[in-house]
Amino acid sequence: MSGKLFVSGDEAVALAVRQAKPHVIAAYPITPQTIVVERLSDFVEDGSLNSQYLYVESEHSAMCACLGASAMGARAFTATSSQGLLYMVEGLHYASGSRFPIVMMNANRSLAAPWSIYNDQRDSLSELESGWIQLYAENAQEAYDTTLQAYRIAEDPAVMLPVMVNLDGFVLTHTYELVQLAEQETVDAYIPYRNFCNKLDLNNPKATCITAGPPYNMEFRYQQHKAAVDAAAKIVEADKEFGKKFGRSYGGLVEAYKCEDADAVLVTLGSVAGTVRCVVDAYREAGKKIGLLKIRCMRPFPAKEAAAALKGAKAVGVLEKDISFGYEGVVYTNVNSSLKEQGLSVPTANWVGGLGGRSISKEDIQGIFDQLLSGRLEGTQTAFVNLRRDICGA
Amino acid sequence: MTEIRWHGRGGLGAFTAARLLGSAVSLHEGKYALAFPSFGPERRGAPVFAFTRIDGKPITDRSEVTECDCAVVLDDTLFGDPVKSGLKPGATVVINTTRPKEEFQISGVQVVTVDAIGLALEILGRPITNVPLLGALAAATGLTEVKSIEAAIDDQLAPKLREKNKILLNKTYQLVKEAL
Repeated sequence: MSGKLFVSGDEAVALAVRQAKPHVIAAYPITPQTIVVERLSDFVEDGSLNSQYLYVESEHSAMCACLGASAMGARAFTATSSQGLLYMVEGLHYASGSRFPIVMMNANRSLAAPWSIYNDQRDSLSELESGWIQLYAENAQEAYDTTLQAYRIAEDPAVMLPVMVNLDGFVLTHTYELVQLAEQETVDAYIPYRNFCNKLDLNNPKATCITAGPPYNMEFRYQQHKAAVDAAAKIVEADKEFGKKFGRSYGGLVEAYKCEDADAVLVTLGSVAGTVRCVVDAYREAGKKIGLLKIRCMRPFPAKEAAAALKGAKAVGVLEKDISFGYEGVVYTNVNSSLKEQGLSVPTANWVGGLGGRSISKEDIQGIFDQLLSGRLEGTQTAFVNLRRDICGA
Repeated sequence: MTEIRWHGRGGLGAFTAARLLGSAVSLHEGKYALAFPSFGPERRGAPVFAFTRIDGKPITDRSEVTECDCAVVLDDTLFGDPVKSGLKPGATVVINTTRPKEEFQISGVQVVTVDAIGLALEILGRPITNVPLLGALAAATGLTEVKSIEAAIDDQLAPKLREKNKILLNKTYQLVKEAL
């Protein structure tokens, strides 16, 4: 199937997974990811996808089933969100530590308590240390394309790490828009299945998910870290090759939008990057020099690329849908660290917004840019966007 | 950019209408569209919103719709502040009702009324008003062509629903066109 369709972000991911032809899908439904697994089970039922679909009883089991499948060299897929992602955390580390190239879609959703099904990115950003490569999509087309790229990155023999593809819950998962589907043969050529080097094989016995005591454990960690760092170049390469084959690419790890001569740049990730784009265009028309730095990949963190895009700015803001309680937004911490590593001392500020589904309007983003352009950044260390001060004692 | 807000109750098909419109203009008229429901839990009978954004270029704005060019009301018991507020000057409001149009006046806004339930009962045998109201919106605003909506119906609705909905679409479109 190729051509254009009017589909939701969830459906776009399911369509990409059908074309990636995983041998095994194991997933447990959770709002707002549900449509992904419903469509995939439809595809298996109607015969358009020849996968083993495992209807498991929990997210923990979904991840464990993917571990087993991947250990046998099978291409595996799962999808989750929020509490479901947290429920599989133990397995996340087994996957990355065992170097299993599982691909997972995560519908970004808030965490309890208070319980909420609405969007923010506290779920995936709380798992930055899980060893998974983390990619974020801005729209349904990028979600479709990134899902295909994820298999190429994960299964690259030099990477062999699991990849999480993140879509903002509801904002992307439940919004319908145009998506251009790829020709199956082009997809097959882009992500040909090849045997995993670490698969269990009766003729070549190896151990997996093993115990490693003090004499060996650090060396596993070193190799895992090196693979994650080296994955950066492979992510860029996968995106470039995707551009050649499919005519769309996204800048690899980051997209610097109108940053070249910008006085103020706002760094963000996910769907809100699109809204920031609107504000950048409007302010540029009015002669204000502002830009957007969209982070596509949070792990490995594109420190050099971010610093390169931000080096000319007089002020840098980070807008993110998460908070590390007691400190600041974790994206902000990462951006500041990148700037310091590259010897840049540009003033920075942090805005936390969109928690639990709170809207972020164009006016909110204009306010952030106005403050960045004014050069007065007092009070912007972890400023909450659109906070109802009257009811929370702020 | 044109923004349309759909007012319905869970189960009436407001979001299906939003999606049909988005599909009609983007797949069949070369435009770009986003169609999305009010986010969150779905409950049958509860008031719900759906939205369609249409533009000649790709739409990157993911913020909430605050002011719209058109509002479509699938159930006239929903007529009230949520319908009357957040309308751009010169907006069009299409309402499914059997009551006189004079009961739904909003200053600076073009109000169009149609008995979509009556038409749906006559043609579908069920009080499903989303397709006729999409036809009424197209007739009142020219936002999309009937043939594009027909194509969207073929893309998006189950085969057994298609032909009767197309008859209903055309009949409502003509009725509203003639009444304008």
